[in-house]
Amino acid sequence: MSRAAGGVRSIAGDIAAGRVSAVEVCREALDRIARVNPSLNAFNLVTEERALERAAHVDRLRAAGSALGPLAGVPIAVKDNMCVRGMRTTASSRILDAFVPPYDATVISKLEQAGAVIVGKTNCDEFAMGSSNENSAYGPVRNPWASDRTPGGSSGGSAAAVAASCVGLALGSDTGGSIRQPASFCGVTGVKPTYGRVSRYGLLAFASSLDQIGPLTRNVEDAALALSVLSGPDPMDSTAAREAVPDFTATLDGNARGVRIGVPRAFVSEGVDSSVLAAFEGALDVLRATGASLVDIELPHAKYAIPVYYLVCTAEASSNLARYDGVKYGYRSPEASHGLNEMYSKSRDEGFGAEVKRRIMLGTYVLSAGYYDAFYLKAQQVRTLLKQDYDRAFETVDVVVMPTSPTPPFRLGEKTDDPLQMYLADVFTVSVNLVGLPGISVPCGLVDAPRAGDVDRLPVGLQLVGKMFDEATILRVAEAFERSTEWSRQVPPMV
Amino acid sequence: MSTPLTIAEVERIARLAHLELTEEEKQVFTRQLADILAYAEQLQAIDTAGVAATAHVNAHEAEREDELRPSLPVTEALGNAPDGAPAAGLFRVPRVIG
Repeated sequence: MSRAAGGVRSIAGDIAAGRVSAVEVCREALDRIARVNPSLNAFNLVTEERALERAAHVDRLRAAGSALGPLAGVPIAVKDNMCVRGMRTTASSRILDAFVPPYDATVISKLEQAGAVIVGKTNCDEFAMGSSNENSAYGPVRNPWASDRTPGGSSGGSAAAVAASCVGLALGSDTGGSIRQPASFCGVTGVKPTYGRVSRYGLLAFASSLDQIGPLTRNVEDAALALSVLSGPDPMDSTAAREAVPDFTATLDGNARGVRIGVPRAFVSEGVDSSVLAAFEGALDVLRATGASLVDIELPHAKYAIPVYYLVCTAEASSNLARYDGVKYGYRSPEASHGLNEMYSKSRDEGFGAEVKRRIMLGTYVLSAGYYDAFYLKAQQVRTLLKQDYDRAFETVDVVVMPTSPTPPFRLGEKTDDPLQMYLADVFTVSVNLVGLPGISVPCGLVDAPRAGDVDRLPVGLQLVGKMFDEATILRVAEAFERSTEWSRQVPPMV
Repeated sequence: MSTPLTIAEVERIARLAHLELTEEEKQVFTRQLADILAYAEQLQAIDTAGVAATAHVNAHEAEREDELRPSLPVTEALGNAPDGAPAAGLFRVPRVIG
């Protein structure tokens, strides 16, 4: 088993103590990627030379006795919708196929400052729009647990890279579940921080009132460590919050005593796969055993979160993606010979994939004259009601618990012809983005799925949602849960 | 408020969004967008009279002084342009008029 399976803390500890060099660790990660990526397709780009140079720099710093950052020498992967200066960044879109950012995203500066070594950019749904990683211009990612199933999306490459032990930490972005759902599908841990906790500067925008960057890791402690590095105010992002950033690892004490957890029973009972419900009930028993008290709560408007989300996110996307016009960067159609407007529309039709076009169309429609009040304004009003539901729930509980996804990972191609069915897969994750709360997905079970005389074991995730800027409590509960079960230590057969 | 979506409407939206769709795309999108909008109709049943709209969940003031700060050099800003003219500091585009 590779070192990455042991997690970030152990890698950083080994390097700091001189048990292994950063270059050796880096080579191990690169070898692992070279071995598994042909079957997984988790990486759009592997940056071998740059990574080895950075790792050698860490080794030189250590040899010189300089202070090392908390992630010194740790190989990490970055979702391909975040800018790294001089490193091709595509958002898995043909329209950005040749884009090389002239600047670093704030999260990249922070991670490299902490000593992390970027080994590559991970595949994702185009512009982070999708729940299966099948909307990538570079082909789908395969689930490390079952190669005919999706790793989830949109951060599917990041989740698969962690699950397959290529890296111990990968960055994802989460607009409606794009960190938590792939974490659930791949059996790893994923955190969507509070809106504003992490700067979005350098993240290619999809829906600006919902997007957040967060970590995918093998365990909760690594997620807490990464979140401590990633968080904080940023003059380059006016929505980055000024709240103090605690050391999120400091409050992990292995129990959840005194924490009140709300279970939205009515919401969770509908349309959920029986295997997921069974894993969820088992998880509730474990939470009780860790010292938490469970109470039933109501979220009366949660069932409307999917229509609200798909009206709000597409409206914002139609505006954000107007910037891809074949002028400033990205693809320009060679076919346009009749002036500027034709160049715009041909470049965009040839450059964007089907799901991105569908969302731009839907967003343009709901913002257009005559439909704005009925769709977009209505959705924003229901967003308020949803927020009031959560506010009311958090008067009596500290955490809300739900499954992360209503199903185990589904098959590649299963939902591609029916966008609405694909959207329904996001039922438990989208409301959290609409109201800005932090959420985490941790592994809570493996379910059997028969395949051609054999049986695949498919991961299921448990989602914990906290109050605004109270990541500390959901991390504490998640870590207590992790210590009480074996699910986070399970690895796919390929590992 | 039922909204049967027509191909003509899809063409109108595509023009607004600067997307030149193929005939096949128009057919598929007309059906798929109609499905999604029909699903979204369930929101109409909710009483939202007097409910404020939530456009974002930012809690803090985001205003700052409008001060000059260092920014990307022009050549770097033009570096990804499909048809840049860095020496002139310009992006070149096809003819706009006639």
